[in-house]
Amino acid sequence: MLGSIIALLVYLFIITYLGYLGYRHTKTSADYLVGGRQIHPMIMALSYGSTFISTSAIVGFGGAAGTLGMGLLWLTFLNIFVGIFVAFVIFGKRTRKMGHNLDAHTFPELLGNRFNSKFMQGFVGMIIFLFMPIYAAAVLKGGSDFIQTHFGISYEVSLLFFAAVVAVYVWMGGLKGVMYTDAFQGVIMFVGMVFLLVFAYSKLGGVTEAHSQLGALFEKPEVQLQTEKLVKGGFNGWISMPVWGSPIWWSLVTTIVMGVGIGVLAQPQLVVRFMTVKSNRELNRAVLSGGIFILMMTGVAFIVGALSNVLFFNESGKIAIVAAGGNDKIIPAFIKQFVPSWYGIIFFLALIAAAMSTLSSQFHAMGTAIGRDVYEKALNQKGNSIFITKTGILVAILISVLLAYMANKLDASMQIIATGTALFFGLCAASFLPAYIATLYIRNISAKAVLSGIITGFVVGIIWIFFVHEKEASSLQLCQLLFGKPSIVKDTVLTKLAMVDPIIIALPASVIATLIGALVSKNKVSEEHLNTCFKGI
Amino acid sequence: MLGINDPWILLAYMLCILSTLACVGYGICNWNKGAENEPDEFSEEAKWEKGESKVEEIL
Repeated sequence: MLGSIIALLVYLFIITYLGYLGYRHTKTSADYLVGGRQIHPMIMALSYGSTFISTSAIVGFGGAAGTLGMGLLWLTFLNIFVGIFVAFVIFGKRTRKMGHNLDAHTFPELLGNRFNSKFMQGFVGMIIFLFMPIYAAAVLKGGSDFIQTHFGISYEVSLLFFAAVVAVYVWMGGLKGVMYTDAFQGVIMFVGMVFLLVFAYSKLGGVTEAHSQLGALFEKPEVQLQTEKLVKGGFNGWISMPVWGSPIWWSLVTTIVMGVGIGVLAQPQLVVRFMTVKSNRELNRAVLSGGIFILMMTGVAFIVGALSNVLFFNESGKIAIVAAGGNDKIIPAFIKQFVPSWYGIIFFLALIAAAMSTLSSQFHAMGTAIGRDVYEKALNQKGNSIFITKTGILVAILISVLLAYMANKLDASMQIIATGTALFFGLCAASFLPAYIATLYIRNISAKAVLSGIITGFVVGIIWIFFVHEKEASSLQLCQLLFGKPSIVKDTVLTKLAMVDPIIIALPASVIATLIGALVSKNKVSEEHLNTCFKGI
Repeated sequence: MLGINDPWILLAYMLCILSTLACVGYGICNWNKGAENEPDEFSEEAKWEKGESKVEEIL
């Protein structure tokens, strides 16, 4: 305990010092530009990775892999191919250029300025402000679960401690986006995960041997007894995909893999990162290290999460989720039980680092959404915007902490962190992805077409989350309250729809609405404005 | 192969590594491409940075 506290204090001192160094060197915008151009590509690249990956990815999705198995590696593949390659090469370059052409500093502002629509900017800002706390809560829960298990203190105390550390960091303000700080956090995360991978594989006798043991584990009679409920849902072992069309298959493929894998493209806090990049060259370079970094983060978390079953079983005769006492506790319990204690401290710092870099970008997105996008632009208010933004961030932190507190009351066997994250990612994809593509690639599309896509994706997504998709609707309780059942389609001919993730329905609905809108409405944006938008693209 | 019998899991495992290698290859091939040195690009970026520092100040 004492060792961890000392390590945390040293770590906080280092990031404060690095933040101060970065701040001192970047006082003017010209300095910032020069500094940015001279900065080592490795520093630049590490800073990307640390904002991408959070405790949600490592603890939440790592735990999901502990329960559902290596099928989650499909998400790692999408994280690398879609989240890095497609996002940087296809979307990043245009976003950067158009953001600069339009002097846009937030994702809602990019859409609003592109189509001269303050309503669009305000509406998108409002969605971000209202729903991003769900994702922030998932990140907070990931860190708190680890602290709870590692130090043996209550979840509530862990959450308050973790939220306080993060709040102080966010409060320091100037540290945001300072590359040295992000890069330092990236190094800690990278080293931590490399060790974890080598440790897990070597402990089980190498790559092939470890996988073989995991495959054989499912065949053991005592394990089959423990996985009985999962098998009924379609579970097929940790190194096999679930049964095609089963509830677990739908959950794994549509919610976890597609929801997050595709949803990453329309994440407001990540889109903003493209605009802060100095040139396309940096994006090209970031593809290299971003790919490696994501593989070592989510890839390792999912492999180790699945392999933890063998170690837990050898030690206690129980599979991971049973031994740890809940899906989200698997990775923390694994670290506490099997890994040397000195490494526990490094992993603790890596998680704090992962949470800090992600949460600060989330609070940045929520604060600007309410202050700049809704209050200043959509409501056309002047003055007091600093007060509104700061109050907005404070409210967002409080709501996130409250949600993280409430999330712990849910059924521990659920993948709470992964589901919460996927919910937000899916909602973002459904509401923003067609609009984002149209903004960057379809020159003559009208604002009405884009807006109808945003509204349709959002409304269909919300209805699906609250009333149809049983996993979420049953936790949210509104459907039970109004219709007396966990999903409106339950026990009807459409009952299978209760397994289908919102993204599968809401994203196509949004695409169709955008296309219909494009056919029936005319572009009213002037040619001159379009030339400004697409200058140099 | 690699102790994994399900071809879908094996495919995902391999694709993770291959897509990372593709990212590395793309990064190396385009390492020095895309730099912007034109004066108007520079001033445009300086203008944007001024706006950005205002946003940061508010936050």
